[in-house]
Amino acid sequence: MTTIQSQTAQSDAAGPPVTGNPILRIWNNKEARSVIFQILTIVGLFAFLAYIGTNAVANLERLGKTFSFDFLGVPASYDINQHLIEYTSQSTHARAAVVGLLNTLLVAVCGVITASILGFIFGVLRLSHNWLINRIVYVFIEFTRNVPVLLHILLIHGLVIHSLPHPRQAISLWDEIFFTNRGFYIPKPDFQEAFMFTVIAFIAGVVGFIIFKRWARKQQEATGRIYPVFWVGLAAIVGLPVLAYIVTGAPIEWETPKLGRFNLRGGLVVIPEFLALWLALSLYTSAFIAEIVRAGILSVSHGQWEASMALGMKRSRTLNLIIIPQALRVIVPPLTSQYLNLTKNSSLAIAIGYMDIVATLGGISLMQTGKEMETMMMVLAIYLVISLVISMFMNWYNQRIKLVER
Amino acid sequence: MASETATQKYEPGTHPDMKPPVLTSGPVYWLKENLFGSITSTILTLLAVYLLYLIIPPLFNWAVLDATVNAASRTECQQAGDGACWAFIKDRFLLLVYGFYPIEERWRVNLSFILLLVAIAAILWDAMPARRHFVKFSVAYPFVAAYLLLGGEWFGVPTGLEEVTTDQFGGIMLTVVIGITGISISLPIGIVLALGRIGNLPAVRVVCVMFIEFIRGVPLITLLFVASTMLTYFLPPGTEFNLLLRVLIMVTLFASAYMAEVIRGGLQAIPKGQYEAADSMGLKYWQAMRLIILPQALKISIPGIVNTFIGLYKDTTLVVVIGLLDPLGIAKSSLADNRWQGLSNEMYIFIALFFFICCFSMSRYSLYLENKLHTGHKR
Repeated sequence: MTTIQSQTAQSDAAGPPVTGNPILRIWNNKEARSVIFQILTIVGLFAFLAYIGTNAVANLERLGKTFSFDFLGVPASYDINQHLIEYTSQSTHARAAVVGLLNTLLVAVCGVITASILGFIFGVLRLSHNWLINRIVYVFIEFTRNVPVLLHILLIHGLVIHSLPHPRQAISLWDEIFFTNRGFYIPKPDFQEAFMFTVIAFIAGVVGFIIFKRWARKQQEATGRIYPVFWVGLAAIVGLPVLAYIVTGAPIEWETPKLGRFNLRGGLVVIPEFLALWLALSLYTSAFIAEIVRAGILSVSHGQWEASMALGMKRSRTLNLIIIPQALRVIVPPLTSQYLNLTKNSSLAIAIGYMDIVATLGGISLMQTGKEMETMMMVLAIYLVISLVISMFMNWYNQRIKLVER
Repeated sequence: MASETATQKYEPGTHPDMKPPVLTSGPVYWLKENLFGSITSTILTLLAVYLLYLIIPPLFNWAVLDATVNAASRTECQQAGDGACWAFIKDRFLLLVYGFYPIEERWRVNLSFILLLVAIAAILWDAMPARRHFVKFSVAYPFVAAYLLLGGEWFGVPTGLEEVTTDQFGGIMLTVVIGITGISISLPIGIVLALGRIGNLPAVRVVCVMFIEFIRGVPLITLLFVASTMLTYFLPPGTEFNLLLRVLIMVTLFASAYMAEVIRGGLQAIPKGQYEAADSMGLKYWQAMRLIILPQALKISIPGIVNTFIGLYKDTTLVVVIGLLDPLGIAKSSLADNRWQGLSNEMYIFIALFFFICCFSMSRYSLYLENKLHTGHKR
């Protein structure tokens, strides 16, 4: 309180600004001052950019380096342990970067999906009336989110590497799936031509479902009759492709891994690095999503439940039509930043040797070519674009579910 | 049943005793209500008990009953029992705490840690005796700590302490140095950025938005890589720049962008009337901000600010990627030791516990503060 009084006293004592001095007069004019301040900011910014620009040019010259992206066409001559597209050590740096980018995107997409599912489950369980379940989930969430994600990654990686058996003593499920310290071996699907019909059936199912949903909605608005949209959707999207698959004679041949002399052969290998990164990112982010979901559901006032019950709606319909749409409005914005965080955290891959974009372009390519500026700029630009795309998509979704007021 | 009792007539005083009401307190009621309330609840409870049975006893056996505390190597541990080998942690404990700080100078780390506790207490504990004087010390603390930890010559003036170079910093001490520096500097920078972003100077706003969105759009790792590989290019030729200092700058800038967004949320939640009231009182911009707007805005953004602090503290682990020896860096080099190879679980669990204790207490404090500062109506 005393500070406030002394403050006002001081500003009173300063009195009205001196009007005689023209410079002071300009300085005391609010508009003029804001223009001056902005000009100073711009000038300062450009001076700073010019300063670091000239320094960079001087330094590059001193080291005899040029600023060019020619290195992208040179063979990379290093191996990448997981490549979704064709890649050998003879491929170019540009291709290595693409392989890295695809690895980043793969782990990010997988992570976002599992983190969302787990997060929603944990968030709902956290609201359970069952005391034991509630406490277990609480302890799990607090432990998970208060430990750095890098430690999760290293811990899970260590567990896979040190605690799972060597391929020769692999733990197997029905002799189809093998858990070893070199990764998980799963059967590899080999798609044959007839599989096309299943894909067509799937697309037809999705299209049919969308049309049916629109029609059902119009019918409901017109007549009040409610159609079983969920079951029809399930039948169209899952049932139809399964039917097509069976009718065309199961056109996928599974190549199961076989135990060789030293290692497992064949099948699809999920490398331990991917596994550790994926699991760690999913668990870590799911703890945050769980708290977001919990807060979202709690934010819907209890009166909404009561009102819906009073209208005679079933519990499931209340959830679907009343509670979840309102909760989503609270949930989606923070969920966006969790998705962004997960994508950015996938750059920690480098700590365990998963070859993502930072490890390929910003790591080995940088070391081999000595192009620090170019590679780092590319990596930064790629992450900026990914972030931008995710936020644009989530903003679009947010607009769609936003509360439409009068 | 109801109709029966309604029709039956009793003379006054002859009504038989009613049954006692159903139990509504006590452990049996609690169990029934909280664990076996419905069929689903009962199933969930049984599943949870089974899950705990699967996890807890083996974990307890591994971590406590079968664990070995005294051993000189992993093989000795394995001979003693098949549980955790805590001897490894015991062997590396001092390294994990102090890094490679010279042994005879470690009292300086201890002293600055004790002073840190005093400085933090003065800020967090508002019933502290003579708090006003201690707060002055808190402001001066960063310089005191820098003096104590670094020693050597400052601007040619000997300080009386032996010099310790920053590459000897390591372990938990390094985590705390990065964390505290980042936390204390990112808050003021974040406030300035947030004010710039919501202010009405277009040029300043554009600069602030660009800075904030750039930093938030890229992972901290890439910024640390920039600090370790590219930053020297932007400095005058021949400038030697301490790696720890570069990392500190990057971590601080990173945190301040996130801080700015949190504070912007708080600023935008302040009703327009408060700004207008401050203007009509004739307060200048900075006065209005300092006396009217920021106290309210910061108060409502406390949970977000503490979350950013926690995030920053956890992110300090990333410095291991560019070769600084934080606890994870020490862990990495310790695990490469022949005697202890393969004991990653013990090491990482120990470090995880350390971070859990720090971050969990921070989030608890934020909850407490939120409740204390909640001056509005609360149901």
